[in-house]
Formats: sequence, structure tokens, C-alpha cells
Amino acid sequence: MKALKVENVSKLYRLGNSTDLDDTSANPVVRLLKRPLNNLRKYRSLYRFSDEELNSSESRKDILWALNDVSFEVDSGEVIGLVGANGAGKSTLLKVISRITPPTRGICTTRGRLSCLIEVGTGFHPELTGRENIYMSSTILGMRKREVDAKFDEIVDFSGVEKFIDTPVKRYSSGMAVRLAFAVMAHLEPEILVVDEVLAVGDVEFQRKCLNKMSNVGKDGKTVLFVSHNMAAITRLCDRGFLMKGGRIIQDGSAADIVHSHVTAGSLTTSWREWLDIAEAPGDDSVRLRRVGIVTESGVAAGMINAHDQIGIQMVFDVLEEGQVLNPYVTVISETGIDLFSSIDADKRYESEFRKPGRYTVTAWVPKGLLAAGTHYVRAVMRSVKRQYRPFTERDVISFNVLDPEGEAIGAGWWEGRPGGVIRPSLNWTTEYISAEMLIEGQL
Amino acid sequence: MNEADIDLPETRIVPVASWGGIDLREVFEYRDLLYFMIWRGLKVQYAQSIGGLAWALIQPAMQIILFAVVFGGLLGLDADGRNYFLLVTLAVIPWSYMSSTLDGTSQCLVTNSALMAKVYFPRATFLLIQVFGNLVPFLVSQVITIAVMFYYQVPLTSQIFLLPVVLLLMMLVPLSIGVWLASLAIRFRDFRIAMGMVMRMLIYTVPVMYQSDKIPDDLRQWYILNPFVGVIEGFRACFLGYDYPIQWDSLLTSAVITSVLLISGSVYFRRMERVIVDVI
Repeated sequence: MKALKVENVSKLYRLGNSTDLDDTSANPVVRLLKRPLNNLRKYRSLYRFSDEELNSSESRKDILWALNDVSFEVDSGEVIGLVGANGAGKSTLLKVISRITPPTRGICTTRGRLSCLIEVGTGFHPELTGRENIYMSSTILGMRKREVDAKFDEIVDFSGVEKFIDTPVKRYSSGMAVRLAFAVMAHLEPEILVVDEVLAVGDVEFQRKCLNKMSNVGKDGKTVLFVSHNMAAITRLCDRGFLMKGGRIIQDGSAADIVHSHVTAGSLTTSWREWLDIAEAPGDDSVRLRRVGIVTESGVAAGMINAHDQIGIQMVFDVLEEGQVLNPYVTVISETGIDLFSSIDADKRYESEFRKPGRYTVTAWVPKGLLAAGTHYVRAVMRSVKRQYRPFTERDVISFNVLDPEGEAIGAGWWEGRPGGVIRPSLNWTTEYISAEMLIEGQL
Repeated sequence: MNEADIDLPETRIVPVASWGGIDLREVFEYRDLLYFMIWRGLKVQYAQSIGGLAWALIQPAMQIILFAVVFGGLLGLDADGRNYFLLVTLAVIPWSYMSSTLDGTSQCLVTNSALMAKVYFPRATFLLIQVFGNLVPFLVSQVITIAVMFYYQVPLTSQIFLLPVVLLLMMLVPLSIGVWLASLAIRFRDFRIAMGMVMRMLIYTVPVMYQSDKIPDDLRQWYILNPFVGVIEGFRACFLGYDYPIQWDSLLTSAVITSVLLISGSVYFRRMERVIVDVI
């Protein structure tokens, strides 16, 4: 029996609409008068896409295919793990399946009730008591009142907040509120459960409790769709996995295989690029880029990097004719598009000396424990100092993923949620402590 | 596969459809949610207030007294031999319900967009929360109606049997307009600003502080196109009896206009509720 059937589903988003610039001074007035009509068109265009538009190359760059022709079927009782880099379409897929947003094309069919856990504490209101919030949240997530009545004691027991059950949630500590919210989620009994990364919060002990509870859900014949960056949880909970990239499911297989592909995704997330044919390589007659890649200290290429490890960004280029002072440099860009840092070849020999023809391999070593978890992109540039030009500028030439699954590289194992910031250096912290007694003496 | 699976309802999720109204069966399935949402709304509104639900009495009472003093007393508005205080009471109470329901329904999608991005349930629930939730203070304020009726010793007549119809219309009129405004407010944020202004003016287009007899006969056919008119006149007729005959023309016009708005609005709402998460 199929619990879930997804047929050719695509979801498109329109990126920022460009607005016309004024030609004459009368234009703003005309535009003001036309505004209501334009507004109407603009909003329509946010969710309507004509066929011509999708086929013409010009408009394509402002259309984002969050999902691109996704099809699959899930048997009832299967526990599916969805894996992929940020922006691969995992969350969009969950939102389409849970009816939060409609597909632009294609059809999904779900059999039975579906609950979707996208955040912790959906429907919670600080003014309501714990008891009222249990009912509120459960019914928002699709349960009936009598079902909550039957499970009520179990939920309270699981959350461990029985003493405060009739206290408004605004008086709870954040930990208590999260436990209560999780307790509600763990006791939902829909036929299909959709879970998006909600396990990233809460303390480790409680997370383990929830994972256990959820693996029982799977055994009860419930269908679960589970998105997580926690590969251990995926392998442990799921029978089957989908690897997503660029809005498509690129691999469908056993959870272990999917996790393996994702972790060793060097081949998938082009962390290594090589130009075998010199005529196609970036550059000009004087210098050509032949290879860019991520290497580790042992010299091995890697696409998934542990935040503990030191990595190097390696460029290989051929100098074809003598007569230029060439400085290669690299820029590392975060997944949100921010230039994190640039570094230029600091080798004194080549600061003013011409490079002789031949093959050069340069590696920029990135200090360990600097980068935040997530995808990073590399821009590789060659600068010709004397002639004031750049033989090549390769944007996003490679990308690599930094993994810090437990947050241990920065001592954040207990952190609720992911720490913010574009980089996440492991800093050396020092503490000076003066006891209270000493302080008082010092004041005297 | 086991036997139980066969009975499981199937849900088909398709791209934004052009036609089709609100799925009432689905809304009914989520009735427990509706109940708790109403409960939450009341609790949050009245929690930590000294008066609690007494505010549902104080607000209309103050308005009635204000109108009676300003228009009945100072301006000496003619009540055609009827009791002005009684007339105002019987209009302010349904009007309070209708204006707060219209206000609430027209903004329900915009104010709840964050929740809608997190979880699915029939979006029409938000409309019904307003329609039924506002009934609670309305029912509480019937204390005022009863007190005033007793005080002036107004006998009830058979016209009171029209009350269920009038009450139903009272709930449907703001819903029928609100369902349109809620959908439009997603597209045009100006609606929110404009609504506040319109709401304040709307009271003058409805016979709350005056009687509709004041409207010239040849204008009445246009006047009653405002569906609120029929409700207010109907409400007065129910309680005032033969002294204030039932105005069938306004009641029927109101019913027809409300039905048209409600059906067309629910089709439009059905389309907009699906795209709201992408548009907002």
C-alpha cells in the first residue's frame, strides 16, 4: 500500500522582480497610477509561470526551481531519510507534501493523516498553561481532542513537567518549554509523519529519548519522512534514503548508501575540478588553470571536511610563456554568498620575479577549526602584477562541505540550535576567577 | 497491507486550481482545532485583565450610553416617538459583533501567515474563529439587551421568532465581506490601512445611531444594498415587536447580497489560501 505518491512535482520561485528605471520625469507619476495594476500582475507572477517563460533562456535566471520534476513512491511503514546540502530542496519537498505550499506542477497523493513537524512548539502560546498548550499544539498538528485526552498523561510523563502543567508556559524555562513541545510531537499518531530538522534543539539526553520514541513510531507501521543533517540519526532511524541536489532526487537507496554518498560527496559537490584539454582551460596564451581542488594534510582530495581537519585549497596552473609576474589568489565564499576571506600567494620569490614556463602547484592552507559547518565555495583568480590584468577569474569553481555534526569542534555539543555566524573559529578561551570572599576583601 | 489501510482517506495535492470553494467537510474535521483556537483567543484577550469577560459588557454599554447622551440627549435626535435608548441598544450590540468580526476576518490570513508557513490545516478555520469567537462576547452582552428590555417593560411578540434568521445573517454578513477582504489583504497591504478608516466610517452607513426612516423613500432601494442594514433593522424588529415591523425588503436584499459575496468570496479565498505562503 502506497502511503505517499509524488508524481512529477516541480516547485518554482521567482527571485527579485526587476523594476523599471525612470526615463522621464513623468514616468514616476505614470507608474504611480499604474501601480495597483502592476501590483496585481506582480503577485500573480509570483505563483504563475507560463510555458514560454520557462523555456526562454532570458527569464530563466530569475526563476528558481526549488523542486525539479521529482517523482517517488513510499510504502506505508517506510521510514525515509532526506539528505542533501542546504538549498537542495528538502524543505520545499516537505512543505509541498504537507500542503503548506502548493506544487507549481505535478501531483502528490498522501494516504491517511499527515502531521508535519517543521518547528518545535507549533501553536504554543506563552499565555496558555502547559495543559492548554498540549491540546492547542496537538490539534494544530492534526490530532482530535479525544485522542489527546487518551494520551494526555503519557505526554505529561514524557515531558517531565507535571509539576508545572497548570502554569502558563511563559513562566517555563526554555528547556522545559522545548521538552513539552517535543512530548507533544512524539505522541502524535498520524499515518504519515514529516519531520524537518527539529531535533537540532534540545539537550542531548532528551534528543536521544525523542529519537527512540520516533524509531518506535516507524515500527508501528507509520510512514516517516525525516530531514536531518545528523547522519547518525538518519542511518539509525531510516530504512531508505533520498539524496537531493538542485531540486532533484539524484539517488534513492538504502539509508546507509545515501549517507555514504552524501558524506563522500566529493564527486558530487565538485570539490575537485580538472581541465584535461588545455584549449578549454581558463586563462590565455600565457597562463592556463589546470586544476583546483581541496586537499587534506595527507594530500588526499576531499569534498566533506571535518571541522577538526586542516585543509588546503590547491591550484595547478601551467605557465606557457615567460614575461609576467603572476600571483594566484583564492577567495572562500559562504553558502549565503558572503566573501569570507581572500588570500594571495605569499611566496616571496614570485613577488617580482617572472615565472618560468612549466607547471606550478600552489596550496593555500586554511587553519583548522576556522570554518563554520556548511557549504563553501571557492573563487580562483590569477593576477598579473605588471600588466594589471587577470588572466582568469573562476567564480564558484569548486565547493566543499564542512561537517561539524556534534558541534564538538567549537565545544557546542550542548548548544541549543546551531550557533550563528559565517565562520566559527575555535578560539582559545581563558577564565580568571576570583571567589566572592576575595572580592569583598579586595573592596575593603 | 492490512484492512484498515483501505479506509484511509486520500489527499491529492495539486497545483493552484482555478475553481472550487472552501472544503467544508475538511473544516468540520478540524472542529477541535477551531474550538481550541477560539478558546486560546479568548484566554489571551482576557487573561491578566481585571474585568475579564466583563469587558464584553463594558464596551457596548459605554458605546450605548455615549450615543444616547450625544445623539439622543445633546443633539436631540428624533426617535419618532420610540425610545431612543432602546433603539441604540438593539443596534450597538449586533453592530459590535459585526464590526469586530469583519475586522478580524479581513486580517486573519495576514496576521497568521507565520503559522501558515509551519503547518497545514484548513485556512478557513481562521475565518470561523472570528465568526464563532466573537459570538462569546456577543452572547455575554445579551445581558444588556435583557436588562434594557426589562427596564422599559417591552413585551415580546411573535416577531422574536425571526431571531434565529437574523442571528444567522448577522454572522454571515461580516463573513461574506471578510472572506473577500482576507484574500485581497494578501495582495494589497493597503487594505489593512484602508480598513481601519472604512470601519470607522461604516457605522454611519448603518442605522445604529439613527433610524432608517430618516432615509428618503426613493433612496432606500440603494440604502438597503448595504447588507448590514437588514441585520440591524431585523434585530430591532425582533425585540421591539409590532411597533417596529419587519422590513422584508432590507432583510431579503441583505440575504441575497451576502450569499453572492459568500459564494464568490469562498472561491477566491480557496485560491488565495494556497499561495499565501509563497506571496507573503
